[in-house]
Amino acid sequence: MAPIRIRFAIEGTFRFCRFASLVILRLRHDHVLKNYLQLNLNLLYWIFVAPFTGQFFDISQIFRQMVFIGVRATPMVALTAFSVGVTLAMQAAHSLQQLGAEIYVPDLVMVTLLREMGPVLIAVIVIGRSGSAVAAELGTMKVSEEIEALEVMAINPVQYLVVPRFLAMLVMLPALTIMGNYVGVFGGWAVCHFALNFNTAGYVLRALQSADTWDLYSGMIKSAVFAWIVITIACNAGLRVEGGAEGVGQATTASVVQALLAMLVTNAVLTGIFFFGG
Amino acid sequence: MPDSPIIEVVDLVRRFADRTVINDISFRIDRGETLVIMGGSGCGKSTLLRHIIGSMKPTSGSVKIFGEEITTMNEREIARIRGRFGMLFQSGALLASLTVGENVALPLVQHTKMSDDEIEEIVEQKLQMVGLTGFENLKPAEISGGMKKRVGLARALALDPELLFSDEPTSGLDPIMTAVVDQLTLKLTREAGMTAVVVTHDMTSAFRIATRMIMLGHGDIIAQGTPEEIRTSPNAEVQQFINGEADGPIPLNLSQDEHEHHRHVKPRPCVAARGRFHLKTS
Repeated sequence: MAPIRIRFAIEGTFRFCRFASLVILRLRHDHVLKNYLQLNLNLLYWIFVAPFTGQFFDISQIFRQMVFIGVRATPMVALTAFSVGVTLAMQAAHSLQQLGAEIYVPDLVMVTLLREMGPVLIAVIVIGRSGSAVAAELGTMKVSEEIEALEVMAINPVQYLVVPRFLAMLVMLPALTIMGNYVGVFGGWAVCHFALNFNTAGYVLRALQSADTWDLYSGMIKSAVFAWIVITIACNAGLRVEGGAEGVGQATTASVVQALLAMLVTNAVLTGIFFFGG
Repeated sequence: MPDSPIIEVVDLVRRFADRTVINDISFRIDRGETLVIMGGSGCGKSTLLRHIIGSMKPTSGSVKIFGEEITTMNEREIARIRGRFGMLFQSGALLASLTVGENVALPLVQHTKMSDDEIEEIVEQKLQMVGLTGFENLKPAEISGGMKKRVGLARALALDPELLFSDEPTSGLDPIMTAVVDQLTLKLTREAGMTAVVVTHDMTSAFRIATRMIMLGHGDIIAQGTPEEIRTSPNAEVQQFINGEADGPIPLNLSQDEHEHHRHVKPRPCVAARGRFHLKTS
Protein backbone atom coordinates (compact mmCIF):
# COMPACT_ATOMS: atom_id res chain seq x y z
CA MET A 1 0.00 0.00 0.00
CA ALA A 2 2.57 2.49 1.15
CA PRO A 3 5.09 2.12 -1.70
CA ILE A 4 2.31 2.69 -4.24
CA ARG A 5 1.32 5.90 -2.52
CA ILE A 6 4.90 7.11 -2.50
CA ARG A 7 5.19 6.27 -6.18
CA PHE A 8 2.06 8.25 -6.90
CA ALA A 9 3.37 11.13 -4.85
CA ILE A 10 6.68 11.18 -6.68
CA GLU A 11 5.08 10.79 -10.04
CA GLY A 12 2.51 13.46 -9.19
CA THR A 13 5.20 15.89 -8.08
CA PHE A 14 7.21 15.17 -11.20
CA ARG A 15 4.21 15.75 -13.42
CA PHE A 16 3.32 18.93 -11.61
CA CYS A 17 6.85 20.27 -11.94
CA ARG A 18 6.90 19.47 -15.62
CA PHE A 19 3.54 21.14 -16.11
CA ALA A 20 4.64 24.20 -14.11
CA SER A 21 7.89 24.51 -16.06
CA LEU A 22 6.00 24.25 -19.33
CA VAL A 23 3.63 26.98 -18.18
CA ILE A 24 6.50 29.20 -17.12
CA LEU A 25 8.38 28.56 -20.35
CA ARG A 26 5.28 29.43 -22.33
CA LEU A 27 4.56 32.55 -20.33
CA ARG A 28 8.09 33.77 -20.78
CA HIS A 29 7.40 34.08 -24.48
CA ASP A 30 3.88 35.26 -23.90
CA HIS A 31 3.98 39.02 -23.83
CA VAL A 32 0.28 39.25 -23.06
CA LEU A 33 0.67 38.27 -19.43
CA LYS A 34 3.87 40.30 -19.07
CA ASN A 35 2.12 43.37 -20.44
CA TYR A 36 -0.82 42.81 -18.15
CA LEU A 37 1.34 42.55 -15.04
CA GLN A 38 3.31 45.58 -16.15
CA LEU A 39 0.09 47.57 -16.48
CA ASN A 40 -0.90 46.54 -12.94
CA LEU A 41 2.44 47.61 -11.53
CA ASN A 42 2.28 50.90 -13.42
CA LEU A 43 -1.20 51.48 -12.08
CA LEU A 44 -0.12 50.90 -8.50
CA TYR A 45 2.84 53.23 -9.02
CA TRP A 46 0.67 56.07 -10.35
CA ILE A 47 -1.90 55.65 -7.56
CA PHE A 48 0.27 55.06 -4.51
CA VAL A 49 3.77 56.36 -5.28
CA ALA A 50 3.51 59.16 -7.84
CA PRO A 51 1.18 61.45 -5.79
CA PHE A 52 3.91 61.69 -3.15
CA THR A 53 6.39 62.90 -5.75
CA GLY A 54 4.01 65.67 -6.76
CA GLN A 55 2.40 64.01 -9.79
CA PHE A 56 -1.27 63.95 -8.90
CA PHE A 57 -3.88 62.32 -11.03
CA ASP A 58 -6.88 64.37 -12.06
CA ILE A 59 -9.74 64.03 -9.56
CA SER A 60 -12.36 65.52 -11.89
CA GLN A 61 -11.61 62.80 -14.47
CA ILE A 62 -12.49 60.16 -11.88
CA PHE A 63 -15.95 61.66 -11.35
CA ARG A 64 -16.51 61.90 -15.08
CA GLN A 65 -15.61 58.22 -15.47
CA MET A 66 -17.80 57.30 -12.49
CA VAL A 67 -20.75 58.73 -14.39
CA PHE A 68 -19.85 56.83 -17.58
CA ILE A 69 -18.98 53.53 -15.92
CA GLY A 70 -21.37 53.49 -13.00
CA VAL A 71 -24.24 55.94 -13.01
CA ARG A 72 -25.29 55.25 -16.60
CA ALA A 73 -25.38 51.51 -15.84
CA THR A 74 -27.87 51.78 -12.97
CA PRO A 75 -31.06 51.08 -14.98
CA MET A 76 -29.59 47.92 -16.49
CA VAL A 77 -28.24 46.78 -13.15
CA ALA A 78 -31.57 47.44 -11.44
CA LEU A 79 -33.53 45.51 -14.06
CA THR A 80 -31.11 42.56 -13.93
CA ALA A 81 -31.09 42.43 -10.16
CA PHE A 82 -34.87 42.66 -9.96
CA SER A 83 -35.30 39.79 -12.43
CA VAL A 84 -32.78 37.69 -10.54
CA GLY A 85 -34.53 38.37 -7.23
CA VAL A 86 -37.89 37.39 -8.70
CA THR A 87 -36.47 34.24 -10.34
CA LEU A 88 -34.69 33.14 -7.18
CA ALA A 89 -37.83 33.63 -5.11
CA MET A 90 -40.00 31.73 -7.58
CA GLN A 91 -37.65 28.75 -7.82
CA ALA A 92 -37.09 28.71 -4.06
CA ALA A 93 -40.83 28.89 -3.43
CA HIS A 94 -41.48 26.01 -5.80
CA SER A 95 -38.95 23.71 -4.16
CA LEU A 96 -39.53 24.75 -0.56
CA GLN A 97 -43.32 24.50 -0.90
CA GLN A 98 -43.00 20.74 -1.34
CA LEU A 99 -41.38 20.60 2.09
CA GLY A 100 -43.85 23.08 3.56
CA ALA A 101 -41.01 25.49 4.17
CA GLU A 102 -41.93 28.61 2.17
CA ILE A 103 -40.96 30.58 5.25
CA TYR A 104 -37.32 30.14 4.18
CA VAL A 105 -37.71 31.83 0.79
CA PRO A 106 -36.43 35.23 2.04
CA ASP A 107 -33.38 33.54 3.59
CA LEU A 108 -32.49 31.90 0.34
CA VAL A 109 -33.01 35.03 -1.76
CA MET A 110 -31.03 37.21 0.62
CA VAL A 111 -28.05 34.92 1.13
CA THR A 112 -27.77 33.92 -2.54
CA LEU A 113 -27.91 37.52 -3.65
CA LEU A 114 -25.42 38.83 -1.12
CA ARG A 115 -22.90 36.05 -1.51
CA GLU A 116 -22.99 35.09 -5.17
CA MET A 117 -25.64 36.37 -7.53
CA GLY A 118 -25.30 40.06 -6.70
CA PRO A 119 -21.54 40.44 -7.26
CA VAL A 120 -21.34 38.03 -10.19
CA LEU A 121 -24.33 39.14 -12.25
CA ILE A 122 -23.68 42.82 -11.77
CA ALA A 123 -20.06 42.27 -12.76
CA VAL A 124 -21.35 40.51 -15.89
CA ILE A 125 -23.52 43.52 -16.75
CA VAL A 126 -20.66 45.93 -16.11
CA ILE A 127 -18.25 43.86 -18.21
CA GLY A 128 -20.69 43.86 -21.11
CA ARG A 129 -21.51 47.51 -20.84
CA SER A 130 -18.61 49.45 -19.33
CA GLY A 131 -15.67 47.08 -19.79
CA SER A 132 -16.24 46.73 -23.51
CA ALA A 133 -16.79 50.49 -23.83
CA VAL A 134 -13.47 51.23 -22.12
CA ALA A 135 -11.62 48.70 -24.29
CA ALA A 136 -13.15 50.14 -27.46
CA GLU A 137 -12.49 53.75 -26.43
CA LEU A 138 -8.84 53.20 -25.52
CA GLY A 139 -8.40 51.02 -28.60
CA THR A 140 -9.72 53.74 -30.87
CA MET A 141 -7.41 56.24 -29.19
CA LYS A 142 -4.48 53.92 -29.77
CA VAL A 143 -5.36 53.43 -33.44
CA SER A 144 -5.78 57.16 -34.09
CA GLU A 145 -2.34 58.00 -32.59
CA GLU A 146 -3.91 59.75 -29.59
CA ILE A 147 -2.02 57.60 -27.07
CA GLU A 148 1.25 58.34 -28.85
CA ALA A 149 0.39 62.05 -28.88
CA LEU A 150 -0.15 61.93 -25.11
CA GLU A 151 3.21 60.26 -24.64
CA VAL A 152 4.95 62.84 -26.78
CA MET A 153 3.29 65.61 -24.75
CA ALA A 154 4.93 63.92 -21.72
CA ILE A 155 1.56 62.86 -20.36
CA ASN A 156 1.62 59.27 -19.17
CA PRO A 157 -1.33 57.37 -20.66
CA VAL A 158 -1.62 55.17 -17.58
CA GLN A 159 -1.82 58.19 -15.32
CA TYR A 160 -4.11 60.20 -17.58
CA LEU A 161 -6.42 57.46 -18.92
CA VAL A 162 -6.19 54.29 -16.87
CA VAL A 163 -6.01 55.58 -13.29
CA PRO A 164 -9.33 57.53 -13.42
CA ARG A 165 -11.13 54.58 -14.99
CA PHE A 166 -9.62 52.17 -12.50
CA LEU A 167 -10.58 54.21 -9.44
CA ALA A 168 -14.04 54.93 -10.84
CA MET A 169 -14.63 51.23 -11.42
CA LEU A 170 -13.26 50.32 -7.98
CA VAL A 171 -15.83 52.64 -6.38
CA MET A 172 -18.75 52.06 -8.72
CA LEU A 173 -18.87 48.27 -9.04
CA PRO A 174 -19.29 47.66 -5.27
CA ALA A 175 -21.74 50.58 -5.15
CA LEU A 176 -23.75 49.07 -8.01
CA THR A 177 -23.61 45.72 -6.24
CA ILE A 178 -25.10 47.20 -3.06
CA MET A 179 -27.84 48.81 -5.09
CA GLY A 180 -28.42 45.58 -7.01
CA ASN A 181 -28.71 43.65 -3.75
CA TYR A 182 -31.43 46.01 -2.56
CA VAL A 183 -33.34 45.76 -5.82
CA GLY A 184 -32.96 41.95 -5.89
CA VAL A 185 -34.30 41.60 -2.37
CA PHE A 186 -37.15 43.87 -3.44
CA GLY A 187 -37.84 41.45 -6.32
CA GLY A 188 -37.95 38.57 -3.85
CA TRP A 189 -40.33 40.57 -1.73
CA ALA A 190 -42.61 41.11 -4.74
CA VAL A 191 -42.96 37.35 -5.25
CA CYS A 192 -43.39 36.58 -1.56
CA HIS A 193 -45.88 39.36 -1.00
CA PHE A 194 -48.08 38.90 -4.04
CA ALA A 195 -47.84 35.13 -4.63
CA LEU A 196 -47.09 33.64 -1.21
CA ASN A 197 -49.04 36.12 0.95
CA PHE A 198 -46.09 37.11 3.15
CA ASN A 199 -46.55 40.34 5.01
CA THR A 200 -43.84 42.89 4.41
CA ALA A 201 -42.60 43.02 7.99
CA GLY A 202 -42.26 39.26 8.09
CA TYR A 203 -40.26 39.20 4.86
CA VAL A 204 -37.91 41.93 5.99
CA LEU A 205 -37.42 40.33 9.38
CA ARG A 206 -36.61 36.89 7.97
CA ALA A 207 -34.32 38.33 5.31
CA LEU A 208 -32.37 40.36 7.85
CA GLN A 209 -32.14 37.50 10.35
CA SER A 210 -30.82 35.08 7.77
CA ALA A 211 -27.96 37.23 6.57
CA ASP A 212 -24.72 37.74 8.38
CA THR A 213 -22.71 40.93 7.96
CA TRP A 214 -19.94 38.70 6.58
CA ASP A 215 -22.28 37.72 3.74
CA LEU A 216 -22.45 41.37 2.75
CA TYR A 217 -18.73 42.04 3.23
CA SER A 218 -17.66 38.95 1.30
CA GLY A 219 -19.84 40.12 -1.59
CA MET A 220 -18.27 43.58 -1.40
CA ILE A 221 -14.74 42.18 -1.37
CA LYS A 222 -15.66 40.02 -4.36
CA SER A 223 -17.03 42.91 -6.34
CA ALA A 224 -13.97 45.05 -5.56
CA VAL A 225 -11.73 42.24 -6.84
CA PHE A 226 -13.96 41.87 -9.92
CA ALA A 227 -13.71 45.60 -10.51
CA TRP A 228 -9.93 45.34 -10.52
CA ILE A 229 -9.95 42.40 -12.92
CA VAL A 230 -12.52 43.88 -15.30
CA ILE A 231 -11.00 47.32 -15.68
CA THR A 232 -7.37 46.21 -15.92
CA ILE A 233 -8.23 43.62 -18.58
CA ALA A 234 -10.30 46.17 -20.52
CA CYS A 235 -7.61 48.87 -20.34
CA ASN A 236 -4.84 46.43 -21.23
CA ALA A 237 -6.78 45.16 -24.25
CA GLY A 238 -7.47 48.73 -25.37
CA LEU A 239 -3.89 49.97 -24.99
CA ARG A 240 -2.45 47.01 -26.93
CA VAL A 241 -4.68 47.35 -29.99
CA GLU A 242 -2.96 47.05 -33.33
CA GLY A 243 -4.33 47.11 -36.83
CA GLY A 244 -7.14 49.59 -37.29
CA ALA A 245 -10.84 49.14 -36.79
CA GLU A 246 -10.60 45.37 -37.01
CA GLY A 247 -8.07 45.36 -34.19
CA VAL A 248 -10.36 47.48 -32.02
CA GLY A 249 -13.20 45.02 -32.57
CA GLN A 250 -11.01 42.03 -31.75
CA ALA A 251 -9.63 43.70 -28.63
CA THR A 252 -13.12 44.56 -27.41
CA THR A 253 -14.33 40.99 -27.88
CA ALA A 254 -11.19 39.60 -26.27
CA SER A 255 -11.55 41.92 -23.29
CA VAL A 256 -15.14 40.82 -22.67
CA VAL A 257 -14.34 37.11 -22.97
CA GLN A 258 -11.18 37.31 -20.86
CA ALA A 259 -12.84 39.44 -18.20
CA LEU A 260 -15.83 37.09 -17.95
CA LEU A 261 -13.64 34.01 -17.63
CA ALA A 262 -11.24 35.59 -15.16
CA MET A 263 -14.15 36.94 -13.12
CA LEU A 264 -15.99 33.59 -12.90
CA VAL A 265 -12.85 31.64 -12.02
CA THR A 266 -11.91 34.20 -9.39
CA ASN A 267 -15.42 33.98 -8.00
CA ALA A 268 -15.09 30.22 -7.54
CA VAL A 269 -11.73 30.66 -5.83
CA LEU A 270 -13.00 33.42 -3.54
CA THR A 271 -16.11 31.46 -2.58
CA GLY A 272 -13.86 28.57 -1.70
CA ILE A 273 -11.64 30.76 0.44
CA PHE A 274 -14.40 32.76 2.11
CA PHE A 275 -16.89 30.01 2.98
CA PHE A 276 -15.05 26.71 2.84
CA GLY A 277 -11.48 27.74 3.56
CA GLY A 278 -11.38 27.82 7.35
CA MET B 1 25.69 77.84 -26.71
CA PRO B 2 25.55 78.35 -30.45
CA ASP B 3 27.98 75.52 -31.10
CA SER B 4 26.21 72.60 -29.44
CA PRO B 5 23.66 71.00 -31.77
CA ILE B 6 20.02 70.64 -30.69
CA ILE B 7 19.87 67.19 -32.21
CA GLU B 8 22.77 64.96 -33.08
CA VAL B 9 22.17 61.58 -34.69
CA VAL B 10 25.21 59.33 -35.01
CA ASP B 11 25.34 56.01 -36.89
CA LEU B 12 21.66 55.27 -36.28
CA VAL B 13 20.63 51.75 -37.36
CA ARG B 14 17.23 50.14 -36.96
CA ARG B 15 16.26 46.69 -38.14
CA PHE B 16 12.83 45.06 -37.98
CA ALA B 17 13.30 41.28 -38.15
CA ASP B 18 15.15 40.95 -41.49
CA ARG B 19 14.39 44.40 -42.91
CA THR B 20 16.76 47.32 -42.35
CA VAL B 21 14.64 50.46 -42.18
CA ILE B 22 17.31 52.88 -41.08
CA ASN B 23 20.80 52.10 -42.27
CA ASP B 24 23.58 54.05 -40.58
CA ILE B 25 22.28 57.61 -40.61
CA SER B 26 24.17 60.55 -39.09
CA PHE B 27 23.28 64.25 -39.08
CA ARG B 28 23.05 67.21 -36.76
CA ILE B 29 20.68 70.11 -36.35
CA ASP B 30 21.78 73.43 -34.87
CA ARG B 31 19.70 75.94 -33.01
CA GLY B 32 17.42 78.03 -35.20
CA GLU B 33 17.67 75.73 -38.20
CA THR B 34 14.70 74.34 -40.08
CA LEU B 35 15.54 70.87 -41.27
CA VAL B 36 13.26 69.33 -43.87
CA ILE B 37 13.35 65.55 -44.17
CA MET B 38 12.11 64.33 -47.55
CA GLY B 39 11.74 60.95 -49.14
CA GLY B 40 9.25 58.63 -50.73
CA SER B 41 6.57 56.84 -48.77
CA GLY B 42 7.93 54.02 -46.65
CA CYS B 43 11.56 55.20 -46.81
CA GLY B 44 11.87 55.42 -43.03
CA LYS B 45 11.04 59.11 -42.42
CA SER B 46 8.47 58.47 -39.70
CA THR B 47 10.62 55.75 -38.14
CA LEU B 48 13.53 58.19 -38.00
CA LEU B 49 11.30 60.79 -36.33
CA ARG B 50 10.10 58.23 -33.77
CA HIS B 51 13.70 57.44 -32.87
CA ILE B 52 14.53 61.08 -32.37
CA ILE B 53 11.59 61.65 -30.03
CA GLY B 54 12.46 58.52 -28.07
CA SER B 55 9.38 56.42 -28.73
CA MET B 56 11.44 53.77 -30.53
CA LYS B 57 14.78 52.33 -29.52
CA PRO B 58 17.44 51.89 -32.23
CA THR B 59 19.24 48.64 -32.96
CA SER B 60 22.48 50.60 -32.61
CA GLY B 61 23.74 54.15 -32.76
CA SER B 62 23.05 57.24 -30.71
CA VAL B 63 20.58 60.11 -30.72
CA LYS B 64 21.42 63.18 -28.66
CA ILE B 65 18.71 65.76 -28.14
CA PHE B 66 19.49 69.00 -26.29
CA GLY B 67 22.91 67.40 -25.73
CA GLU B 68 21.48 64.41 -23.86
CA GLU B 69 21.50 60.82 -25.05
CA ILE B 70 17.86 59.75 -25.44
CA THR B 71 18.34 56.12 -26.52
CA THR B 72 19.43 54.97 -23.07
CA MET B 73 16.99 57.05 -21.05
CA ASN B 74 14.21 55.65 -18.92
CA GLU B 75 10.64 56.80 -19.42
CA ARG B 76 10.81 59.48 -16.78
CA GLU B 77 13.84 61.19 -18.28
CA ILE B 78 12.29 60.96 -21.74
CA ALA B 79 9.17 62.64 -20.35
CA ARG B 80 11.35 65.48 -19.01
CA ILE B 81 12.93 65.98 -22.45
CA ARG B 82 9.55 65.81 -24.13
CA GLY B 83 8.35 68.72 -22.04
CA ARG B 84 10.79 70.86 -24.05
CA PHE B 85 9.59 70.08 -27.56
CA GLY B 86 6.28 70.03 -29.39
CA MET B 87 5.16 67.62 -32.02
CA LEU B 88 2.55 67.86 -34.74
CA PHE B 89 1.21 64.49 -35.87
CA GLN B 90 0.26 63.66 -39.41
CA SER B 91 -3.43 63.29 -38.53
CA GLY B 92 -3.37 65.93 -35.80
CA ALA B 93 -3.93 63.22 -33.15
CA LEU B 94 -6.35 65.36 -31.16
CA LEU B 95 -8.10 63.73 -28.22
CA ALA B 96 -11.60 63.03 -29.52
CA SER B 97 -13.20 63.31 -26.11
CA LEU B 98 -12.00 66.90 -25.56
CA THR B 99 -13.00 70.08 -27.36
CA VAL B 100 -10.57 72.01 -29.57
CA GLY B 101 -9.86 74.48 -26.75
CA GLU B 102 -9.33 71.73 -24.19
CA ASN B 103 -6.95 69.97 -26.57
CA VAL B 104 -4.77 73.06 -26.88
CA ALA B 105 -5.02 73.65 -23.13
CA LEU B 106 -4.03 70.09 -22.25
CA PRO B 107 -0.22 70.53 -22.13
CA LEU B 108 -0.65 73.78 -20.20
CA VAL B 109 -2.98 72.18 -17.64
CA GLN B 110 -0.72 69.15 -17.25
CA HIS B 111 2.68 70.81 -17.15
CA THR B 112 2.24 74.32 -15.76
CA LYS B 113 0.68 75.88 -12.70
CA MET B 114 -1.04 78.69 -14.63
CA SER B 115 -4.45 79.97 -13.62
CA ASP B 116 -7.49 79.19 -15.77
CA ASP B 117 -7.58 82.77 -17.08
CA GLU B 118 -3.95 82.66 -18.22
CA ILE B 119 -4.50 79.30 -19.91
CA GLU B 120 -7.58 80.57 -21.71
CA GLU B 121 -5.65 83.57 -22.95
CA ILE B 122 -2.82 81.41 -24.31
CA VAL B 123 -5.28 79.01 -25.95
CA GLU B 124 -7.02 81.90 -27.67
CA GLN B 125 -3.71 83.35 -28.83
CA LYS B 126 -2.44 80.02 -30.21
CA LEU B 127 -5.68 79.30 -32.04
CA GLN B 128 -5.52 82.78 -33.51
CA MET B 129 -2.01 82.05 -34.79
CA VAL B 130 -3.33 79.12 -36.84
CA GLY B 131 -6.45 80.99 -37.97
CA LEU B 132 -9.02 79.15 -35.87
CA THR B 133 -10.42 81.83 -33.58
CA GLY B 134 -13.89 80.91 -32.35
CA PHE B 135 -13.56 77.15 -32.78
CA GLU B 136 -12.73 76.48 -29.09
CA ASN B 137 -15.93 74.69 -28.23
CA LEU B 138 -16.19 72.30 -31.17
CA LYS B 139 -15.21 68.65 -30.88
CA PRO B 140 -12.48 67.32 -33.24
CA ALA B 141 -15.13 65.20 -35.01
CA GLU B 142 -16.94 68.40 -36.02
CA ILE B 143 -14.05 70.05 -37.89
CA SER B 144 -12.25 69.16 -41.11
CA GLY B 145 -8.96 67.29 -41.45
CA GLY B 146 -7.00 70.43 -42.27
CA MET B 147 -8.46 72.22 -39.26
CA LYS B 148 -7.53 69.28 -37.02
CA LYS B 149 -3.99 69.57 -38.24
CA ARG B 150 -3.89 73.28 -37.43
CA VAL B 151 -5.31 72.61 -33.95
CA GLY B 152 -2.55 70.00 -33.57
CA LEU B 153 -0.04 72.69 -34.47
CA ALA B 154 -1.55 75.09 -31.93
CA ARG B 155 -1.32 72.36 -29.31
CA ALA B 156 2.30 71.59 -30.21
CA LEU B 157 3.11 75.30 -29.80
CA ALA B 158 1.16 75.75 -26.55
CA LEU B 159 4.19 75.45 -24.30
CA ASP B 160 6.36 77.68 -26.58
CA PRO B 161 8.80 74.84 -27.29
CA GLU B 162 12.42 75.34 -28.34
CA LEU B 163 12.03 72.56 -30.85
CA LEU B 164 9.12 71.57 -33.07
CA PHE B 165 8.66 68.29 -34.91
CA SER B 166 6.10 68.31 -37.72
CA ASP B 167 5.00 65.19 -39.56
CA GLU B 168 3.59 66.42 -42.88
CA PRO B 169 2.24 69.71 -41.53
CA THR B 170 0.76 70.87 -44.84
CA SER B 171 -0.69 67.73 -46.43
CA GLY B 172 -4.45 68.10 -46.69
CA LEU B 173 -4.33 71.89 -46.36
CA ASP B 174 -5.42 74.23 -49.13
CA PRO B 175 -2.67 76.36 -50.76
CA ILE B 176 -3.56 79.45 -48.75
CA MET B 177 -3.51 77.64 -45.42
CA THR B 178 -0.26 75.94 -46.45
CA ALA B 179 1.23 79.40 -46.92
CA VAL B 180 -0.14 80.52 -43.54
CA VAL B 181 1.36 77.51 -41.76
CA ASP B 182 4.67 77.99 -43.59
CA GLN B 183 4.79 81.64 -42.63
CA LEU B 184 4.05 80.71 -39.04
CA THR B 185 6.95 78.24 -39.07
CA LEU B 186 9.20 80.86 -40.65
CA LYS B 187 8.21 83.48 -38.09
CA LEU B 188 8.80 81.13 -35.16
CA THR B 189 12.16 79.90 -36.44
CA ARG B 190 13.64 83.09 -37.88
CA GLU B 191 12.31 85.54 -35.28
CA ALA B 192 11.70 83.53 -32.11
CA GLY B 193 14.73 81.24 -32.58
CA MET B 194 12.78 78.00 -32.55
CA THR B 195 14.30 74.93 -34.21
CA ALA B 196 12.07 72.88 -36.49
CA VAL B 197 12.27 69.40 -37.96
CA VAL B 198 9.71 68.97 -40.71
CA VAL B 199 8.88 65.78 -42.58
CA THR B 200 7.09 66.62 -45.79
CA HIS B 201 6.26 65.64 -49.36
CA ASP B 202 5.18 69.14 -50.28
CA MET B 203 8.12 70.54 -52.30
CA THR B 204 6.82 74.11 -52.52
CA SER B 205 6.49 74.35 -48.79
CA ALA B 206 9.76 72.48 -48.20
CA PHE B 207 11.80 74.97 -50.26
CA ARG B 208 9.95 77.86 -48.64
CA ILE B 209 10.79 76.98 -45.03
CA ALA B 210 13.99 74.92 -45.09
CA THR B 211 17.42 76.12 -44.13
CA ARG B 212 18.74 72.62 -44.69
CA MET B 213 17.29 69.52 -46.33
CA ILE B 214 17.87 65.81 -46.07
CA MET B 215 16.59 63.31 -48.56
CA LEU B 216 16.16 59.73 -47.42
CA GLY B 217 15.89 56.63 -49.56
CA HIS B 218 16.19 52.91 -48.67
CA GLY B 219 17.14 53.91 -45.12
CA ASP B 220 20.12 56.00 -46.23
CA ILE B 221 20.70 59.70 -46.68
CA ILE B 222 20.75 60.20 -50.45
CA ALA B 223 21.51 63.89 -50.34
CA GLN B 224 21.73 66.72 -47.88
CA GLY B 225 22.43 70.42 -48.03
CA THR B 226 20.86 73.84 -48.31
CA PRO B 227 17.73 74.21 -50.45
CA GLU B 228 19.92 75.70 -53.20
CA GLU B 229 22.31 72.75 -53.14
CA ILE B 230 19.39 70.31 -53.28
CA ARG B 231 17.74 72.19 -56.13
CA THR B 232 20.92 72.06 -58.20
CA SER B 233 21.90 68.59 -57.04
CA PRO B 234 23.32 66.38 -59.82
CA ASN B 235 21.78 63.31 -58.15
CA ALA B 236 19.10 61.88 -60.46
CA GLU B 237 16.98 60.50 -57.61
CA VAL B 238 16.85 63.93 -55.96
CA GLN B 239 15.91 65.60 -59.24
CA GLN B 240 13.18 63.03 -59.86
CA PHE B 241 11.77 63.56 -56.38
CA ILE B 242 11.76 67.36 -56.26
CA ASN B 243 10.36 67.63 -59.78
CA GLY B 244 7.79 64.91 -59.16
CA GLU B 245 8.46 62.75 -62.22
CA ALA B 246 7.07 59.26 -62.65
CA ASP B 247 10.08 58.03 -64.65
CA GLY B 248 13.47 57.93 -63.02
CA PRO B 249 15.91 55.95 -60.93
CA ILE B 250 13.67 55.59 -57.85
CA PRO B 251 12.13 52.09 -57.82
CA LEU B 252 8.36 52.23 -57.59
CA ASN B 253 7.42 48.54 -57.40
CA LEU B 254 4.98 49.16 -60.22
CA SER B 255 6.07 46.32 -62.45
CA GLN B 256 5.21 42.63 -62.18
CA ASP B 257 8.78 41.42 -62.65
CA GLU B 258 9.95 42.37 -59.18
CA HIS B 259 7.65 39.81 -57.59
CA GLU B 260 8.69 37.06 -59.96
CA HIS B 261 11.04 35.34 -57.54
CA HIS B 262 8.23 34.54 -55.10
CA ARG B 263 5.44 33.97 -57.57
CA HIS B 264 4.51 30.66 -55.94
CA VAL B 265 3.31 32.52 -52.85
CA LYS B 266 1.79 35.38 -54.79
CA PRO B 267 -1.30 36.53 -52.92
CA ARG B 268 -4.56 36.71 -54.84
CA PRO B 269 -6.38 39.67 -53.31
CA CYS B 270 -9.51 39.32 -55.42
CA VAL B 271 -10.08 35.75 -54.32
CA ALA B 272 -9.57 36.69 -50.67
CA ALA B 273 -11.87 39.68 -51.00
CA ARG B 274 -14.57 37.59 -52.65
CA GLY B 275 -14.49 35.16 -49.76
CA ARG B 276 -14.62 37.92 -47.21
CA PHE B 277 -17.31 40.14 -48.65
CA HIS B 278 -19.43 37.49 -50.40
CA LEU B 279 -19.27 39.21 -53.75
CA LYS B 280 -21.60 37.82 -56.36
CA THR B 281 -19.54 35.81 -58.81
CA SER B 282 -21.98 34.44 -61.38
